[in-house]
Amino acid sequence: MTLGTRPAGFDVDPSLYRHLADAQVNVELDTGDMILNLGPQHPATHGTLRLVVRLDGERVVASDVVIGYMHRGYEKLTEFRTYPQITTLINRIDWLSSFANEVPFIHAAEQLMGVEAPPRALYIRTVLTELSRIATFVLFLGEMGLQVGAITPAFYGFRDREYVLNAIEAATGGRFHPNFNRIGGILTDLPWGWIAETRESMRKILKSCDDFEDLVVANPIFQQRTRSIGIIPAELGAAYGVSGSNLRASGVDWDLRRDGKPYLAYNDLDWKVWTHPDGDSFARYWVRLQETRESARMVLQLLDNLPAGPVMAKVPRIIKVPEGEVWVNTENPLGEMGYYVVSKGATGPFRVKIRTASLSNVSIAPWLLRGVYVPDVITVLASLYFILGDIDK
Amino acid sequence: MVMDAASKQVKGMLGGLGVTLKTMFRPAVTVQYPHEKEAPAPRARGVIALLEENCTVCMLCARSCPDWCIYIEGHKEKRPPRREGGRERTVSVLDRFDIDYALCMYCGICVEVCPFDALHWSPEYEYSEPSIANLLHDMEKLGEWEATVPDPEPLEQGAEVKGKK
Amino acid sequence: MTLADLDIGWGWTLAIKTVIVMGLIPAGALVLGYTFLLKMMSHMQSRLGPMDPGGFHGWFQLIGDGIKFMQKEDIIPAGADKRVFKMAPAVVVLSTFLMFVVLPGGPDFVVANLDVGVFYALAVSSLSVIGVLMAGWASSNKYALLGSLRAAAQLIAYELPLVLAVIGVVIQAGTMNLHGIVMQQADGEIFGWGGLGNPFILTQFVGFALFMVAAQAELSQPPFDMPVAESELVAGYMVEYTGFRFLFFFIGEFGTAFVYAGLAATLFLGGWSVPFIDADDDIMNFLGPGVLFVKIMLVAFLMFWARFTYPRLREDQLQALAWKWLIPISLVNILATGALKVAF
Repeated sequence: MTLGTRPAGFDVDPSLYRHLADAQVNVELDTGDMILNLGPQHPATHGTLRLVVRLDGERVVASDVVIGYMHRGYEKLTEFRTYPQITTLINRIDWLSSFANEVPFIHAAEQLMGVEAPPRALYIRTVLTELSRIATFVLFLGEMGLQVGAITPAFYGFRDREYVLNAIEAATGGRFHPNFNRIGGILTDLPWGWIAETRESMRKILKSCDDFEDLVVANPIFQQRTRSIGIIPAELGAAYGVSGSNLRASGVDWDLRRDGKPYLAYNDLDWKVWTHPDGDSFARYWVRLQETRESARMVLQLLDNLPAGPVMAKVPRIIKVPEGEVWVNTENPLGEMGYYVVSKGATGPFRVKIRTASLSNVSIAPWLLRGVYVPDVITVLASLYFILGDIDK
Repeated sequence: MVMDAASKQVKGMLGGLGVTLKTMFRPAVTVQYPHEKEAPAPRARGVIALLEENCTVCMLCARSCPDWCIYIEGHKEKRPPRREGGRERTVSVLDRFDIDYALCMYCGICVEVCPFDALHWSPEYEYSEPSIANLLHDMEKLGEWEATVPDPEPLEQGAEVKGKK
Repeated sequence: MTLADLDIGWGWTLAIKTVIVMGLIPAGALVLGYTFLLKMMSHMQSRLGPMDPGGFHGWFQLIGDGIKFMQKEDIIPAGADKRVFKMAPAVVVLSTFLMFVVLPGGPDFVVANLDVGVFYALAVSSLSVIGVLMAGWASSNKYALLGSLRAAAQLIAYELPLVLAVIGVVIQAGTMNLHGIVMQQADGEIFGWGGLGNPFILTQFVGFALFMVAAQAELSQPPFDMPVAESELVAGYMVEYTGFRFLFFFIGEFGTAFVYAGLAATLFLGGWSVPFIDADDDIMNFLGPGVLFVKIMLVAFLMFWARFTYPRLREDQLQALAWKWLIPISLVNILATGALKVAF
């Protein structure tokens, strides 16, 4: 504790004058640090994530992310199951965008077998992947508003998700867990009237995105809460393995649908990758809003150009995938998801390694949370948008 | 420039109010279950029904279930030959076919792999029980669900395969 | 006709007034809670809200909630300071009851017609800060502590714009007596035309806006609900309260909203007066409460509309708004009002 300027030769023991602290202008108050547990049960941690933060007043000094509360042992489960059974299970890794989880795995198996799905199947897979992307993002648009304090957008998010879930249910039979991919194509074709209804749903989604823009993005309070909060520098984000919209919001123009190995029907479409230079929480929200609109437009394009034909290639009844190893990664709604499949020629794989986006996305949280206020912790976590099933597998 | 920024802020604040006011005057989207019910899609995976006469106790469904929730027991019976002087036929008869819906993941692999079209999906979903043991549906109950199985529906234009389910 | 005319002695008068105040607060809280929290919020969110309890659009929901809270187990955390923990909700609700004492519902329909009505109401409204601090500290919970400290800073910061906004009204009316303020609005004239009276919102629109913003902050409602940030602190200083203690806080929250809306209606919208009926008429003792109630609902509509639309401000942004913007604007408002009052 400094006492300010004092006359030369005037040596003083500061502790004797502590009671004069109020009279001083520049005094450091020595408050002890408080350790707060944003525990496994908390409305802001998107599931059973534990964040241990050391607070100085309302500022975070240091933080630590504790994961594993939801570990379900997926990679072990895949060792004793066949490919159709695994397809069912991996729907549940990232339960919001469930169809998108199946795609890289089935793709890996098809590559090992040397089978290609017919064009109609590829288009329908793309439609369902983009629908699951819309479902995930529309929920994000709503619940990030909720984390920041606005209670209304969350309900709009769930309402709009219903349109997409009803469409997925009408086509596949399951709202959350479609289990629709098969090696060689998809289970069955779309029911009569599905294309017209989905077109109508996409129009509703586009209108709802405008509502989100008016209600959340244009709101000065929201902008004050999210601009310049949690800025991820592009190189640091790439070094941590952050992927998906989080990286694109830092200005990195990288999207596996366009830049990775071509998969599904993305090359036939006229679409755009959205980036934002700022890298803060607002940029992540904005990028996901634009991507929702882009996905809705992509679905409309796909439905207009849907080729006719079969939806399943010629595959044997009991599928034994030949020996080999392959790595397939795709642009899932939460980021980059990949499967490394090792097959020894049996009806099920020998080993599957699952690379999920949220584990890398949440690993940057301790770095991001240094020196922010407690409310900003919530904003940053919400803007990273991880799902616990995706982190813990 | 200050006025520009100020007017943008004011417009931003008022825009949000406009959205909530607009939504207040539109009809709510709530479906008041249980007074009103939404009809699920015909393909919705609600419950599995068993057509007993088609089943040959091949056990493919029990083997392919990821959760091993299907319990099958059967025995072989001798039937009279189809025509005079022929061999006696052996037929597999079901003793027990239970599906444990407490374990079932509603994945549909069993329905898909059945070669004899004995299992079907039905969109019925209102069968929750106060006691978890009652979620084990036996052969009789599975047969009752057959009445709720919808007819196969037509597929979209451009489809090559006639819709089985 | 006042209670004094009934000549029943001060004991009975006091009893009747106490019963009225203590009954009107929960009733007001219930009506506000049902209309705005349950129904208006639901429709703004594209859903219906409670429909079953009581049959007709779920009108019984909040009363049922109250009964449910009353019969819950009384849990007090082991490390809590028991006496302070129990007293905190009472202190919060106390300030609401005390504010209600001066709110006039008619020319004679008021519990106490104090000459310093406005001053008393604003002074007493800041008692709730103590209750909030007591609740947060006694809960022996870090989340509650964070919430109550935020609340203390916020409530104290926003007292100033609240008071300064009202000073403009007091200057224009020339009196702090709430009855006098209403009479001034009822008997006033807009540029010589006396048909509608002169509700102070017309000239004191800046003051009205400031009052609404400051009241929103005093009530800890979004966009100023850092103390009870749902998604971070999960009810902040109230997190350890269950059962009927939480009911107290709930009634306190909505009762205070009722009273602040009443104060705003009285100061800016003309209180219990109606345009074409003489304000001193005896009939206003019966019509007045109804008119005031309608005006309260209008003001509350604005408060709750903002509540459901906006995200919350961070604590430091909140303080910056109060100290750097609202207080200077209110000082300018007082200056302008004073100057114009002298000029005209």
